[in-house]
Amino acid sequence: MSETATPSKTQTSKRSSLGQELLVPALAVVTGLIIGAIVIVASGANVFDAYGALFTGSFGSPVRLIEGLQVFFSTGETSELLRAIYPFTESLVTATPYIFAGLSVALGFRAGLFNIGAEGQFFIGALCSAFVGYSVKGLPMIIHLPLAILAGALGGAIWGMIPGYLKAKFGAHEVVNTIMMNWIAFRLSDWLLNGPMKASGFRPVTPNVLPTAELPRFFDDPLRFNLGFFLALAVAYLVYWFLFKTTTGFEVRSVGANPDAAKYAGMSIVKNLVLVMALAGGLAGMAGSAQVLGVDHWVGQGFSAGYGFDAIALALLGKSHPFGVVLSALLFGFLRSGATNMQSRAGIPIDIISIIQGLVIVFIAAPAIIRWIYRIRSIKTEETVLTRGWGK
Amino acid sequence: MTNVLELRGITKRFPGVIANENVDITLREGKILALLGENGAGKTTLMNILYGLYKPDEGHISVRGKQVEIHGPNDAIAQGIGMVHQHFMLVPVMTVTENVMLGIEPTKNGLFLDKEKVAKRIREISDQYGLEVDPHAYIKDLPVGIQQRVEIIKVLYRQADILILDEPTAVLTPQEVEGLFKIIDTLIKSGKSIIFITHKLKEVLAVADDITVLRLGKVVGSIDPKEATTEILASMMVGRDVSLVVEKQPAKTGEPVLVVENLLVRDERQHVTVRGVSFEVRKGEVLGVAGVQGNGQTELVYALTGLLPLEDGTIRLLGEPIRHTTPREILERGVAHIPEDRQRHGLILSFPIHDNMMLCTYYKNPFAKGISLQEKSIFSNAEELVKQYDVRTPNIYVNAGTLSGGNQQKVIVAREFSRPIELLIASQPTRGLDVGSIEYIHKQIIKKRDEGAGVLVVSSELDEILALSDRIAVMYKGQIMDILDADKASKEQLGLLMAGVQLSDKQKMK
Repeated sequence: MSETATPSKTQTSKRSSLGQELLVPALAVVTGLIIGAIVIVASGANVFDAYGALFTGSFGSPVRLIEGLQVFFSTGETSELLRAIYPFTESLVTATPYIFAGLSVALGFRAGLFNIGAEGQFFIGALCSAFVGYSVKGLPMIIHLPLAILAGALGGAIWGMIPGYLKAKFGAHEVVNTIMMNWIAFRLSDWLLNGPMKASGFRPVTPNVLPTAELPRFFDDPLRFNLGFFLALAVAYLVYWFLFKTTTGFEVRSVGANPDAAKYAGMSIVKNLVLVMALAGGLAGMAGSAQVLGVDHWVGQGFSAGYGFDAIALALLGKSHPFGVVLSALLFGFLRSGATNMQSRAGIPIDIISIIQGLVIVFIAAPAIIRWIYRIRSIKTEETVLTRGWGK
Repeated sequence: MTNVLELRGITKRFPGVIANENVDITLREGKILALLGENGAGKTTLMNILYGLYKPDEGHISVRGKQVEIHGPNDAIAQGIGMVHQHFMLVPVMTVTENVMLGIEPTKNGLFLDKEKVAKRIREISDQYGLEVDPHAYIKDLPVGIQQRVEIIKVLYRQADILILDEPTAVLTPQEVEGLFKIIDTLIKSGKSIIFITHKLKEVLAVADDITVLRLGKVVGSIDPKEATTEILASMMVGRDVSLVVEKQPAKTGEPVLVVENLLVRDERQHVTVRGVSFEVRKGEVLGVAGVQGNGQTELVYALTGLLPLEDGTIRLLGEPIRHTTPREILERGVAHIPEDRQRHGLILSFPIHDNMMLCTYYKNPFAKGISLQEKSIFSNAEELVKQYDVRTPNIYVNAGTLSGGNQQKVIVAREFSRPIELLIASQPTRGLDVGSIEYIHKQIIKKRDEGAGVLVVSSELDEILALSDRIAVMYKGQIMDILDADKASKEQLGLLMAGVQLSDKQKMK
């Protein structure tokens, strides 16, 4: 019966399935916001105030933007305009580490691996970048900056490769090992920040990186929007190219989709597992690099705001596709950065955003709920394998 | 005589496809109705409707003249309808008794399981229907034929009097099939009615009282087995005349392509599954490996293709030894492998057809330049193969998982045959396929033989082995019992060998 079961034209089938792919996540976000609104009302606040603040906090106020433009055109003065676009650029700044970390987890998913270790890899990446950033002196920016980024990527890659190797060699499950590696990374960074890497002073933080290792910012303070965002976009495209346009990417996807068939086709499972974990670690490490070199310029305790863990959620939301990850990282960036404003302006606790994020994830993980709510007829899709059973 | 079960005007539509259209089926009391049809003809959908797993869009079901609504397996069981699935639904680490009581566990004092009561009932059922089985045996220790009995007992325990047997002979030896037919006979004599789903024509003629043939979701017709022949049934199923005999010339054999000596292989659980196997495959011949599934054939093929390491012994491919050789190296020496489990090894179901068509050669020209995949060549290769091998698909961009079993197999055959090969290893090449696809794939295999490739065919279907092979090796418990010339081998001899009985000289003579 399957001969006639599929639509007869390529184009229509491709387009409609892309539409379906986007429809469910979009509705999941909308539904999350609606239920979030109910929670806000239940807590006795005004939804319009709250979401208004969320919007202006993440995109900026349109009124101020117009005023800023008017001032700019009449006087050439940019400060008003920059203040108006500040929230928007901050959202992009927040999205940057999300993109890198999301790509890390998504790449793992593509190979059937569950990289819970992005958080630890993020820390190691940040520490390595910071170290190269403040300790290596006398280099011009054109060498120093790439070197600092590379150090972060490499540190993360090693941190990711260890669980990859343990899995390939001994069959140790990567979920357990990446969690373990997280704890090692956390405690290691505590020690480093209180000891070898501690800057002079009382606080357990590293020294500031040298200006030659900073990711260039596009505007003056307080705008922190920097090259890291575009670097993230470029890397996202690179990951897409790697996965879908190269032989190695084909192997990675084959191993993830059906390891038995991959073995039958002569691919090395072991090689691909180690490779993917190293690359995933490298990407998460770059998230740390981007944060330290572009935004903070130093590393302190509790440096990551849980980027590595949120990355799991947004890789799911982005359906483990690099472009999907970019979109969901932007969503998370806007929500997170708007939430701060919502808290200060409307008095709504920032945790509301966590609830909305959580709801969105639930709806993505169980698309049947969304299909049921909105009465969408399901198209038959392959089950996404995120991770394989224990001890296999 | 009354009709114990009637399906009238059943129509079931899925998005873009009509799985059943206005299907009428009648099961007479105490009779065997054979439901015949190719894969994808709608047999399974129909049975799922009967078992309450799908709701029909139109039509109704009557049991003993009364119209009923079946919303799930529990309703079906309440109506006395029981299903023996093709893939057994048994828990291997539990005993027969535990499996039978699963889901309806009786208790003592409302707390403790009353296994003895169930075991006693199992013994009663065994005696009544000739279904010998030890209630305390563990499923994992039982041969497939006995496991099937447990499935039947499960259904009888639930007091079914309408039994649906879905492809019940697919996993049995010829002797076990005989045993099953005896059981079926006993069941009928004690008043049960049976729907027998199959695509094996000879079995239908052997057991059925009525035959209904489905094609493309519709009833093509019903026929009295006394008037039917395999040819008539085949053409009803396929919609055109099919040749059930593979036409082939005598083999022109050359030097050996594959020489295997004293092979010892352990499976993934470290059990020795192939012990001391020796044989050779020559250019231009088909060596058939017969045997009941699970007698080491799978592991033999895995060892030959590099998927399992050899423990001991030698394999020589074109004179070169294979030891610690990766699947890729073996493949590059000119071995094509049609794997036993097409969905596990042969295809990546979530990948489009064009990717599956180059699964083993993606890293080579023209599919890749350096590490960059060449989509143009990938697409044109797939377009060409789809046309050449008549894969029925809307286009090459749909996922392999959307194809029917026969077309999935054609994708594998097309891919494996599209590169120059010295040795073809085909494991269960037509399992679960319809008559039309079987005919096609058999022809392709013989074509490869005639082009001078050595061919090793592993199959648990004796008809297939007999149709294709020039010589036949029979495997039993990891060993080769004997290797016979195909034109001198009879089904009876092979059946005995498959059951582990050495042939006496007298048996060899006949």
